[in-house]
Amino acid sequence: MPENIKDKGVSCVHLTAARFKVYTGRRVVGEEEIDLKPLALFVPEPEFRPGDMPDFSGLELPKAGETRRPPTDAKAEDIRDLAYTIIRVMRRDGEALGPWGDLLDHDEALRGLKNMMTVRAYDARMQMAQRQGKTSFYIQCLGEEAIACAFQHALEKGDMNFPTYRQQGLLISAGYPILDMMNQVYSNAKDPLRGRQLPIMYSSKEHGFFSISGNLATQFVQAVGWAMASAIKGDTRIAAGWIGDGSTAESDFHSALVFASTYRAPVVLNIVNNQWAISTFQGIARGGAATFAARGHGFGIPALRVDGNDYLAVYAVSKWAIERARKGLGPTLIEHVTYRAGAHSTSDDPSAYRPKSESEEWPLGDPIERLKTYLIKVGAWSEERHVQTKAEIEAEIMALQKQAEKSGTLHTGDGPSPKEMFEDVFKDTPLHLRRQRQASGV
Amino acid sequence: MAIDILMPALSPTMEEGTLSKWLKSEGDTVQPGDIIAEIETDKANMEVEAVDEGILAKILIPEGTEAVKVNAVIAVLAEEGENADEVQPSANGTAAEQDKPDPSQQISALEEADQGASSAQAAPNGSLLESEAAPVLLDPEIPAGTSFTETTVRDALRDAMAEEMRRDERVFVMGEEVAEYQGAYKVTRELLQEFGAARVVDTPITEHGFAGLGVGAAFGGLIPVIEFMTFNFAMQAIDHIINSAAKTLYMSGGQMGAPIVFRGPNGAASRVGAQHSQDYAAWYGNVPGLKVVAPYDAADAKALLKSAIRDPNPVVFLEHELLYGTSFDVPDLEDFTLPIGKAAVKRVGTDVTLVGYSRMVGFALEAAEKLAQEGICAEVIDLRSIRPLDMATIITSVKKTSRLVTCEEGWRHMGVGGEICAGVTEHAFDYLDAPPMRVTQKDVPLPYAGNLEALSLPNTDDIIMTARAVCEGK
Repeated sequence: MPENIKDKGVSCVHLTAARFKVYTGRRVVGEEEIDLKPLALFVPEPEFRPGDMPDFSGLELPKAGETRRPPTDAKAEDIRDLAYTIIRVMRRDGEALGPWGDLLDHDEALRGLKNMMTVRAYDARMQMAQRQGKTSFYIQCLGEEAIACAFQHALEKGDMNFPTYRQQGLLISAGYPILDMMNQVYSNAKDPLRGRQLPIMYSSKEHGFFSISGNLATQFVQAVGWAMASAIKGDTRIAAGWIGDGSTAESDFHSALVFASTYRAPVVLNIVNNQWAISTFQGIARGGAATFAARGHGFGIPALRVDGNDYLAVYAVSKWAIERARKGLGPTLIEHVTYRAGAHSTSDDPSAYRPKSESEEWPLGDPIERLKTYLIKVGAWSEERHVQTKAEIEAEIMALQKQAEKSGTLHTGDGPSPKEMFEDVFKDTPLHLRRQRQASGV
Repeated sequence: MAIDILMPALSPTMEEGTLSKWLKSEGDTVQPGDIIAEIETDKANMEVEAVDEGILAKILIPEGTEAVKVNAVIAVLAEEGENADEVQPSANGTAAEQDKPDPSQQISALEEADQGASSAQAAPNGSLLESEAAPVLLDPEIPAGTSFTETTVRDALRDAMAEEMRRDERVFVMGEEVAEYQGAYKVTRELLQEFGAARVVDTPITEHGFAGLGVGAAFGGLIPVIEFMTFNFAMQAIDHIINSAAKTLYMSGGQMGAPIVFRGPNGAASRVGAQHSQDYAAWYGNVPGLKVVAPYDAADAKALLKSAIRDPNPVVFLEHELLYGTSFDVPDLEDFTLPIGKAAVKRVGTDVTLVGYSRMVGFALEAAEKLAQEGICAEVIDLRSIRPLDMATIITSVKKTSRLVTCEEGWRHMGVGGEICAGVTEHAFDYLDAPPMRVTQKDVPLPYAGNLEALSLPNTDDIIMTARAVCEGK
């Protein structure tokens, strides 16, 4: 069973017990006298801490192309192995192999590459804008671009995502205007959410993107509810839930699996395992006994574990799960194995809890580099065109940023309309709120 | 023209940091995106990136300098064609002034707190107020000659937990980011190092899970201090707090209760939006079986957290993120605790009683200062505890001033202010010269944008205007 990080921990943690009455020593149980040894608590630890040299050579990665691709009506119990492997398509040299590998033509793969490059360029500008004081807060998805971009690539218009906060790729791949995203990040006069929501908590019903919740995991079970509603209405649209490795510990994760399984909801349940929940390593939420994907088995939900830095693999696995949902065959749980290459947010400093070089040592590589290598190998792309496209995308993002800043930033411009602050509390604004607005002089 | 490089802010609440290292030297050419320096705050380290291209002409703040204010000019960049030796920082790039409480006012506040304690001796008799705070509580004396140490609320809370953990091995701290990360707001700083991983426990992201685990551990004989990253996230754990922690002593016929503290920041911070900014004082205050504490200054925070940990009942301890970095004088006393359920008179007055808790106390004190200049002498009461609610101190004050303004950060509907106004009209109706009034947040979920947030939250001016209104015709 390949594990992302070996299980390491401190056993034998207990208090010195000076104040406690404890039951140890020799006791008679039935006719036998037995020695009762004190219990000990186990506290898991990540394999590497700051100062350690991260070494993932012991990590067993399945070879690209070697994992089987079952039919979409496969039963959960027949594909249990797929929750304990990592489905991979692209080799390090760019060769795409195996039954999950031939689903995207070159033009479509190129579209995916450009979307990922756009997400990265956008993140880099907004991250810097936060450092310059133009916004209060930002969360980038550095190193995880393939997951959201490839998943959205496999969805149809009208399908609904219930994302968490590192899936800006869903919006960008769905064609949501980056200018609107920037206006929200700046909370300026053109902010589409009118100054009410945090910078990265986007919302666009039209683009299948539910308003992100700051309270983690709540969206996961809501995705199941949305999917069940779609089924009850006789619609054809499906839902996708998103959650991080750490938040799978929330009750909502488990409730989502119960309902999705029981009612065969048309939903894809995505776990993005990027190894770190701020400073807490994924083993704290998972324990040593199983993968996150294997959580699906107890509920009879088919589960796939995929290389989240492999665009072609994420696309193929997503397509499989989406097809299952659309055919009425029920939910799929996908664990996207990746690595959070950046800090959790602009308020975090990972050097306090993990080695600085861990990200570079992470064996799944960079999603953009990997897809680029593949496209060059098949003759659909070149190093020169890549450099040129990167420059074009960056210039476009910079131009949009300048345009957004004309409408204001965190500390400049008029900001969103104070008059509108009193709207949307209720569907119809009640009298007392109109009075409060008038009394505020806006 | 020369470009100023400013001390960046890591978050809206950051006020200052240490410039730990310069990675570029004077005379070096820098490109946008180059890392030029490293800074450090109590929350995290970060790298300072160059925004513009140019030559690093002058380093104004040497590495190793502590307490560099946000937006202070730390270096000057010469653009192409400029002589790096001649550039000067621009005049307007001065350090942002930090508002620090005047230490003289803090001392007087403490003296007045003492007076508040003595005035409580003259509180109305218990029969009027049998439901709450029936025995007259007194703050313990601070002996003459006691020295004080200026301490942030953050460190006062940390000290309280450390002292109680040293004193009683049953006490442990649990929550997200409390151990390795030293607390999302660094309130649990160094506790892991002193007490180890069995007593300072990092949890996975499951408020419902670790609150329930804590309640179970409390039933099992330990004393958990459960930290929520914010009380907004405790919404996911509220069933354990109310249905289990608060009610089990009663439901088990008195056999088994939960001595547990649920603590963390409550109310608005700075631009964290609707789901991270709610004031839950009224919510928890509604529940029999729970004690609810909401201190303002560092001395109270420390003494009350110690009392909360020792209390055999579940205590909801509401802190305020925007007060964590504020310093107050804390008495250098071994084991100083305060009774839960006793308000403090922070300023003595005759014309109107201003009652607040948590951050609103600071605004009420500021308002009282300004009202004094226009001849209105306001008395300021810091509730400190929402349940028990010290109606005796409020009524004593209203009988003297005949006017009442309540100040809370939360919404008006079913709020703490409503409870106080009802209590005062019930017990001191004949003493009132004007209807009591409430200062609260606007009746909207708190918006993110700075201008809307400011419009929505109550502030010093709101208190002044409301106090003027109740004093009209006086």
